[in-house]
Amino acid sequence: MEEHQHVVLTMRGICKSFPGVKALQDVDFTLRTGEIHALMGENGAGKSTLIKVLTGVYELDKGEIRLEGIDHPIVNRSPEEAQSKGISTVYQEVNLCPNLSVAENIYIGREPKKFGRIDWKTMNRLGAELLKSLDIDVDVTVPLGHYSIALQQMVAIARAVDMSAKVLILDEPTSSLDELEVEKLFTLMRKLKGQGVGIIFVTHFLEQVYEVCDRITVLRNGQLVGEYPVAQLPRLQLVAKMMGKDFDDLASIKSLRKHTPAEDVVISTERLGHSGTIKPFDLQIQKGQVVGLAGLLGSGRSELARCIYGTDRPDSGKLHVDGREFAASHPIDSMHAGMAYLPEDRKNEGIIADLSVRENIMIALQAKRGVFKLLSRKEQEEFTDKYIDLLQIKTSDRDAPVKSLSGGNQQKVILGRWLLTEPDFFILDEPTRGIDVGTKTEIQKLVLQLADQGTSVMFISSEIDEMLRTCDKMEVLRDGAKVAELDGDRMSQESIMASIAGGER
Amino acid sequence: MNEKLKRITHYRLFLPLICLALVLLVNMIKTPTFFHLSIKNGVLYGYTVDVVNRASELVILAVGMTLVVASSAGTDISVGAVMAVAGAVCCYILSGGAVSVNEYHAPWILGLLAALVAGTVCGAWNGFLVSRMKIQPMVATLILFTAGRGIAQLITKGQITYIRVESFKLLGANIPGIPLPTPIFIAIIVVLITSIVLKKTALGLYIEAVGINPTASRNVGIKSKQIIFFTYTFCGLLAGIAGMIATSRIYSADANNIGLNMELDAILAVALGGNSLGGGKFSISGSVIGAYTIQALTTTLYAMGVSADQIPVYKAIVVVIIVTLQSEEFNRYMRKFSARFAARKAEVAK
Repeated sequence: MEEHQHVVLTMRGICKSFPGVKALQDVDFTLRTGEIHALMGENGAGKSTLIKVLTGVYELDKGEIRLEGIDHPIVNRSPEEAQSKGISTVYQEVNLCPNLSVAENIYIGREPKKFGRIDWKTMNRLGAELLKSLDIDVDVTVPLGHYSIALQQMVAIARAVDMSAKVLILDEPTSSLDELEVEKLFTLMRKLKGQGVGIIFVTHFLEQVYEVCDRITVLRNGQLVGEYPVAQLPRLQLVAKMMGKDFDDLASIKSLRKHTPAEDVVISTERLGHSGTIKPFDLQIQKGQVVGLAGLLGSGRSELARCIYGTDRPDSGKLHVDGREFAASHPIDSMHAGMAYLPEDRKNEGIIADLSVRENIMIALQAKRGVFKLLSRKEQEEFTDKYIDLLQIKTSDRDAPVKSLSGGNQQKVILGRWLLTEPDFFILDEPTRGIDVGTKTEIQKLVLQLADQGTSVMFISSEIDEMLRTCDKMEVLRDGAKVAELDGDRMSQESIMASIAGGER
Repeated sequence: MNEKLKRITHYRLFLPLICLALVLLVNMIKTPTFFHLSIKNGVLYGYTVDVVNRASELVILAVGMTLVVASSAGTDISVGAVMAVAGAVCCYILSGGAVSVNEYHAPWILGLLAALVAGTVCGAWNGFLVSRMKIQPMVATLILFTAGRGIAQLITKGQITYIRVESFKLLGANIPGIPLPTPIFIAIIVVLITSIVLKKTALGLYIEAVGINPTASRNVGIKSKQIIFFTYTFCGLLAGIAGMIATSRIYSADANNIGLNMELDAILAVALGGNSLGGGKFSISGSVIGAYTIQALTTTLYAMGVSADQIPVYKAIVVVIIVTLQSEEFNRYMRKFSARFAARKAEVAK
């Protein structure tokens, strides 16, 4: 640690639970003056929760927060209270008033006054001086809305700093900025760092972390992984830490494969994309091929799948199914084209909770047949029993509501639902998440069996080893774009992680 | 024995039926004449006939309302006004614009069809607003709730249009030679056809699926918007049928009074039938029982000599009791209470 730096903020043993979820377990965090400290982790790792506990949006269950200059642990009950103690936050969406002038926005709520009235002259002068000192080039008398999001963000930062911020939190500030604007923001951040402000930088852009940060704290599943100086944590290791890879070497179950994928291409895309979620990508999937999508959560894996299935309607490029151009206006079109889709969010997009196991299994086939061709009760029961048996679904009764089943069994119900439609192309988005190890292996075996029978599979998972065991080909995604395609010998834990991290370029 | 009792009390329609039985029981004690039936000129008379007859419109509305609630977790509050529109359209066509006529100016069937089309169009409008424009059902249907009666007034030019033709009254009264009033049969037909369609096609399953989880339903290939649009349109058609019955009863189009406040009774019927207003699983028979319960209650109060302007108060009290009896919270409390009671009894026995 450098001499002139000292600790400004410590958080120790922070715990926070929501019903059913331990969002933070015993997390420590330390911030020093004059440093830019990256808070990293996948979606759901607890970054936002930690920030919200710090700024008083959430009340913490356990732990203590200490701030330099206050000799007792502090408790923030609201963001305002946090701000009064010197902790300011600037969010991705600027929450200032676009219709007020820049100066008004900076001084809103604490306007310089003269004879009880707002002293506009002083306010504009102070505002101009403040922005000039930070090298922000704007006219303070113009409404804020006239400027770009980037400049608005900088004004928000200036306002936060001017309110004597010791701790400045930047929560995903760069998500909506282009490269030039990001560069400007970084210049400002470095300047503030020089003035001794401690900055917490929350982002999911790895490159930016290495460009501007001094230190990294990594969270995973609500737990602290560790705190590292940037220089001592290469990208590859950072990714490994975020994903929690303990390179297990379970016996390869790939030997189950008897056939190699056929040559015929089932799915092929040509610059297919959906603005805002996934940049245009090219992809080819052969009959009986298992294609894995790797990348951090939020890298566009699910979005790519949704784009092909048609839940998100692509707005650029072309999709070919069996060599013919295909555009779905509704998932039912994709189903008729032979697709099936097991969504990532089982609870909100997969199961229909109040309906029975039987109804949940037969519903996709029913939708494919059309509303007037109701499957007879006998057929429904036969199909249900078949898949309860085949997938070993543990349920008291085929007519029990599916919500009474455990997560793993619910997942099997959805698998059964789609297997019943006999798809040619099956998209599985995190089929093994939150499922016990035994069931995981079963699902992996099932994927290989399907491929052997000629079904093409798109397999999305956060667990690389799981994909290595099942996939013939891997597509790597980063920040909403496909960045690499690996197959055969080039497919290894290291090469995939390297592509995800995207280091040397 | 205990097992059997449990199965009976867990039967879905158990509570709605108990409620209806309770209302009838009060009658048996208070108004012994309630169950008397008599035949005059080959027509059956009596309070019970009256209840079943008067409940017809409500039953028809409740069927449509059940599907709307199930698919969209919202209610269609315009059905009463749509009844008035349907009545006005029918009378306008049959009277040719005159205030009172003694013979049809157009074939009766044309008037009937026009009324049904009017109801369907109103329903489709609601369905469009809810499914395509994503407007909250209450707000979307509020438009016709307020505008509907105005439209009906416009059609009838602010007058009550009378159709003084005997055959026009048949839909709301007795067809000669048949001992029971026609509305009863219409209600039965509507309930039967709806139930059969729901049973023989996958429509009922789709409606439940969309009501429970529209996103998941979309993912398995169900066109959620179309389903919601359909339920509102169908609800409009049924409101048109109910409007025709109500119009026929008074052989006139009274834009201000036809179907007045009936939307609320229809929603209540759905709730009394044990259906969740949060959408999803539904039971048409529950709603039908609910509708008859409400009418039985109203007729009971009349029979007990309660004046018309006080009836809402008594009705409210009974409704509060019925709804409480059916609530999860109350039942949980009762279970706890009976468990404690049983425990104490066991202790005393020792």
